[in-house]
Amino acid sequence: MIEIENVHKSFGDLKVLDNVSLTVKKGEVVSIIGGSGSGKSTLLMCINGLEPIQSGSIRVDGIEVHAKGTDINKLRTKIGIVFQQWNAFPHLTVLENVTLAPRKVLKKSKAEADAIGRKQLEHVGLGDKLDVYPSKLSGGQQQRMAIARALAMEPQYMLFDEVTSALDPQLVGEVLDTMRLLAKEGMTMILVTHEMAFAREVSDRVAFFKSGKMHEIGTPEQIFGNPQRPETAQFLASVL
Amino acid sequence: MFQTSLSLNDVMFLLQGAGVTLLITFWAMLGGTILGIIFGVFRATTPWWATAPLAFVLDIFRSVPLLIQLVLVNAFQAIAGLNISAFVVSCIVLALYTSAYCSELVRGGIAAVPVTTRRAARSLGMTWWQDMTQIVYPIALRIMLPSWIGLTLGVMKDTALVSWLGIIELLRSSQIIVTRIQEPLFVLTVAGLIYFIISFPISRLGARLERKWREND
Repeated sequence: MIEIENVHKSFGDLKVLDNVSLTVKKGEVVSIIGGSGSGKSTLLMCINGLEPIQSGSIRVDGIEVHAKGTDINKLRTKIGIVFQQWNAFPHLTVLENVTLAPRKVLKKSKAEADAIGRKQLEHVGLGDKLDVYPSKLSGGQQQRMAIARALAMEPQYMLFDEVTSALDPQLVGEVLDTMRLLAKEGMTMILVTHEMAFAREVSDRVAFFKSGKMHEIGTPEQIFGNPQRPETAQFLASVL
Repeated sequence: MFQTSLSLNDVMFLLQGAGVTLLITFWAMLGGTILGIIFGVFRATTPWWATAPLAFVLDIFRSVPLLIQLVLVNAFQAIAGLNISAFVVSCIVLALYTSAYCSELVRGGIAAVPVTTRRAARSLGMTWWQDMTQIVYPIALRIMLPSWIGLTLGVMKDTALVSWLGIIELLRSSQIIVTRIQEPLFVLTVAGLIYFIISFPISRLGARLERKWREND
């Protein structure tokens, strides 16, 4: 379970997260929508401790992410994150990209890590690209590799930060298919996205963010069909 | 018909000089690269105020002409009675001079690794150290290599200045022969050719590595 309680964060005078609370249960898929600069991506970074918070608390499986004594590297192995920029490691092959962290962080043997890597790459449809370098892949393939890389740690949670925003339109579908597959398999996911139709399709709940505040959260039917807050309605009218 | 008084012995003398040039270049690059990596990593991973004194000293090595550094260090070590040979003085001064440039390359290479790539590494649970050794250094090395090859070629040519300390390297040996046989154009052409023959494989090797790595980038 991910429990976010009254989280505040600001960059100087700019409030990026303003009293945000959100609980995500095991197996749940929660989408976060909202305009750019609304704090959505920052929230994901805070969940796995890549960004500090000023106040409030974030707990993952009961462990306080931002507490001093927390072994953040250990905690991060439970939380996979995929970014807008796919961030391939350019000097490693596709398989090595995926097996690096299992070997170095989880201390798996090469054979063990390779087996996991192969399985995850096949999972995302890249089973035939094991030995090529990321530069030979399209953006969509690199993004799927990044998903496989995160999955190879066998995380309990997956965070997706606008993973299709930097892709050519014709490549968006393949990445969404992969995420759809994960959602079906019961992975707990938080996704920040601009793909409204996708959010509506896969989410159990959808949250609307604006200027660092969570204005509304509810089922996709409620948010997209019958938004309760004028800010939500206004935003949806502008993007749909 | 072309005639020359350049004898086989003279050519051997030139090649001996070339050997000295190569040897000094080797030590200068070895020492300079090791120190450059240490200084560069230190400067890339430590707040600027902590590295400011080092940066200042390195700036001196980069700004004062190499010839002046060579002559001054050699003179001071003699005054101090350290009794270090001119060859060793040359290697040390050139290594320090090289380290100043190399540290900039290392610092620049590390800074050029995208923050987002490093974030991705950390998000997988890698420690700062694992991020540095597994991700940052390998990528930085590929970024730095072309400039490092350029630095090597530059230092090799700069070794000509050690002749001021009385060391007979390639350029000095060619001057000695010119003085005797009075064929400056021909002898310098031969010396230039030897410099080229030494440099060419290094620059080819660099280009090959660069091409191989670029295929992957």
